[in-house]
Amino acid sequence: MVGKRNLEDNFKKVADRDYRVPSGCAVMGVMSQKRKKFTGRAVMKAIGVMRERTNGLGGGYAAYGIYPRYADHYAFHLLYDDEKAKEATEEHLEKNFTIDKYEAIPTREVEAIKSRPLLWRYFLEPKGMDGSSKDDFVLKAAMHVNRNIKGAYVISSGKNMGIFKGVGYPEDIGRFFKLESYRGYLWTAHGRFPTNSVSWWGGAHPFGLLDWSVVHNGEISSYGINRRFLLNFGYHCTLSTDTEVIAYLFDFLVRKQGLAIEVAAGVLAAQFWDEIGRLPEEQRKLYLALRMAYGGALLNGPFSVIVGCESGMIGLNDRIKLRPLVAARGDKMLYISSEEAGIREICPSPDQVWMPEAGVPVIRRFESGGENG
Amino acid sequence: MVKRPVPNEFIIERDEKKCIACQACVRACSYDVHTYDPETDTVESDDSKCVGCHFCEALCPTKALRTVRNPSAYKENANWTAEVINDIVKQAEQGGVILTGMGCDKGQRNYFDHMVLNASQVTNPSIDALREPMELRTYIGTKPDCIEIDYNENGPVLKTKIPPQLELQTPILFSAMSYGSISLNASIALARASAEIGTFWNTGEGGLHKALYKYGKNTIAQVASGRFGVHAEYLKSAAAIEIKIGQGAKPGIGGHLPGEKVSAEISETRMIPEGTDALSPAPHHDIYSIEDLRQLIYALKEATEYEKPVGVKIAAVHNVAPIASGIVRAGADFVAIDGLRGGTGASPKIIRDNVGIPIELATAVVDQRLREEGIRHKASLIVGGGFRNGADVTKAIILGADAVYIATAALVAMGCTLCQKCYQGKCNWGIATQDPYLTKRLNPDIGARRLVNMLRGWSFEIKEMMGGMGINAIESLRGNRENLRGIGLMEGELKMLGIKPAGEAW
Repeated sequence: MVGKRNLEDNFKKVADRDYRVPSGCAVMGVMSQKRKKFTGRAVMKAIGVMRERTNGLGGGYAAYGIYPRYADHYAFHLLYDDEKAKEATEEHLEKNFTIDKYEAIPTREVEAIKSRPLLWRYFLEPKGMDGSSKDDFVLKAAMHVNRNIKGAYVISSGKNMGIFKGVGYPEDIGRFFKLESYRGYLWTAHGRFPTNSVSWWGGAHPFGLLDWSVVHNGEISSYGINRRFLLNFGYHCTLSTDTEVIAYLFDFLVRKQGLAIEVAAGVLAAQFWDEIGRLPEEQRKLYLALRMAYGGALLNGPFSVIVGCESGMIGLNDRIKLRPLVAARGDKMLYISSEEAGIREICPSPDQVWMPEAGVPVIRRFESGGENG
Repeated sequence: MVKRPVPNEFIIERDEKKCIACQACVRACSYDVHTYDPETDTVESDDSKCVGCHFCEALCPTKALRTVRNPSAYKENANWTAEVINDIVKQAEQGGVILTGMGCDKGQRNYFDHMVLNASQVTNPSIDALREPMELRTYIGTKPDCIEIDYNENGPVLKTKIPPQLELQTPILFSAMSYGSISLNASIALARASAEIGTFWNTGEGGLHKALYKYGKNTIAQVASGRFGVHAEYLKSAAAIEIKIGQGAKPGIGGHLPGEKVSAEISETRMIPEGTDALSPAPHHDIYSIEDLRQLIYALKEATEYEKPVGVKIAAVHNVAPIASGIVRAGADFVAIDGLRGGTGASPKIIRDNVGIPIELATAVVDQRLREEGIRHKASLIVGGGFRNGADVTKAIILGADAVYIATAALVAMGCTLCQKCYQGKCNWGIATQDPYLTKRLNPDIGARRLVNMLRGWSFEIKEMMGGMGINAIESLRGNRENLRGIGLMEGELKMLGIKPAGEAW
């Protein structure tokens, strides 16, 4: 008997590892401003409501505050195709880092998830740095693995945070990674609807870089120049995804150029010249200069993005709002979602629900104190 | 020995039934093609003098005239074309260099015609350019490495001092055409159109006529190897300064202005004797290398108190990428590159048609090189050389240009039909001439109106194509080569252009 599976094997597999493919998506983010921790259950439930927006070819989560025992270590989540990739990567990591702990990322059998790569995590302390900052050193190491070691891919590399993602519906991916057993104060989630046949685990969202994590719904029409703009400042985009450039742009503008997050958001979803022209003198001068200097960083085309980082959460729409984004707050919690239904599922009566305006970022920072990070 | 004439290129067909012998054509033609015979009350045409400019046709009140190609032909030969044979005949007669005007007409591959644009379908929406804002505003000048901001309680305040910039409402400027090569009326039309659209025109190397100083804030003043008309007041009057090293139509040699065009006013503006040929030296004799260029850039910045962008114009040649890199490192605020098809008022034909590379390739390799070296933001890139419409402009910007220079298209908008006889100074359309009888044919207000119309049309076209690609700001198009695909190009060419072949997805 010719099984369905055998038939499928006859078709071409267009993997997002090799091509940039557009995709529609669901995004969700929840944070406690007081760093009050909660398990992954809430965000799994919320993203599950938006199943219609996904097609089972990608789901993932970013969780902050989940590794308090190793809070000062860079937590590397690694995805390997095979043992050979693992050996090569570990050799590279041992050379550059003190590995204080490593282990397989705990998973459970889930029927819907048929095949899986090797998944490992490492808690690292950089050693023998070549004069660069720790963050730059780590960034370089992660880029090296992604670019040069075949079959190995760094999923996340930040402190006290981790990214869990794979091919499947987000609810299944969440169960697979046992996210109900982690406790964090900021969670983002993503369900994907790509326009290709097979997906690669590394191609799912969130995309992570140092403490940055990005979930994104949309297609960046400016991708070609964003990528080349970053090249001018020493960033080599190695993956074929829009999301990668968004993470790099945040890293470049905020960490390297020292812009406040609000200002960086004003670069990525810049105001129109007419609007800039109507600003008060000081602001007009500032935003004129920003658009002049960082024009290549402007994100054009439809997108809604949720970014997690060490200081809080950011929601951002493109400047003419071509993709949905809803926010809500209540009880020192911030919710950002593709659909209000996702929010209502876990917070039935928030104090306020609003539609962020096109290009106007939603930014919440953690209050100092709270549950120990 | 029989003296062999060069066959005339065109034949004037006069419809005798329509011709009323009004002699409008006789008065119109500066090449004296048409003559009136009072005895027979008819007008005759000497085809051998016709340059094919179509001015008489435009003026003929009864539409009795038609300029057609001369069908008299040599035996067909792919290598020994009529042009080749005729050039040899001319040189055998006179010995010397054959002059010509306008850009290369030899039809080397035009890469613009081998590249196609993208449009949005389903996965991202196209943006309706008629209903949504579409931004073409462009700034030319050095951008800072980093924007420093003071964060105080009243909000963020800009700390970085931004170097001087030119603000363009559309990414198209008028390229250098000197007063001398073109008439004062043509210059006025360019200046007025620039002011109205919000862009810039370029003086070329001919200095600035007194009547044009009032357009200073839309003027780029050129400093070329001949230094014609260059003085402090000239530099200070302009919005930016451009050092001309080379020109696409004649890389490696200096500018030519035949003495026939050096009238009293030209003489005064250029500060040279009336009627003398104004031949610029091939190199600047104070620039024998890149460090000398740096000195001139900074001498001009000093002279203008660092208030204006100072750029450098070069011809697109084989080594254009490293040369451009050196120019940026020498402190230029913009680099202008003129390609193989760039126009001219006068150039040796052999140089125009055989030296330099197409602007499409030069744009792509320079933009890529500057990005790889991390200095792309330090200078803007203006490219020119045969841009024909909004699509050419859009494609050049996608390849990486900040803005484009146009000149031939501007002349066509004012009447030019590319007869390529600019160097004779007898332009019937009143553009490339200094003869007062001819220059008054070009009304600067009407000329300006036509230029504005053309730029407006091109800008609309660019916006429509941008919207189709799902992009609403020109900076998201600039260098965004994902939006371009090549058709019928070889792998090496695609690599130079940094684009994929048509049919390949992202």
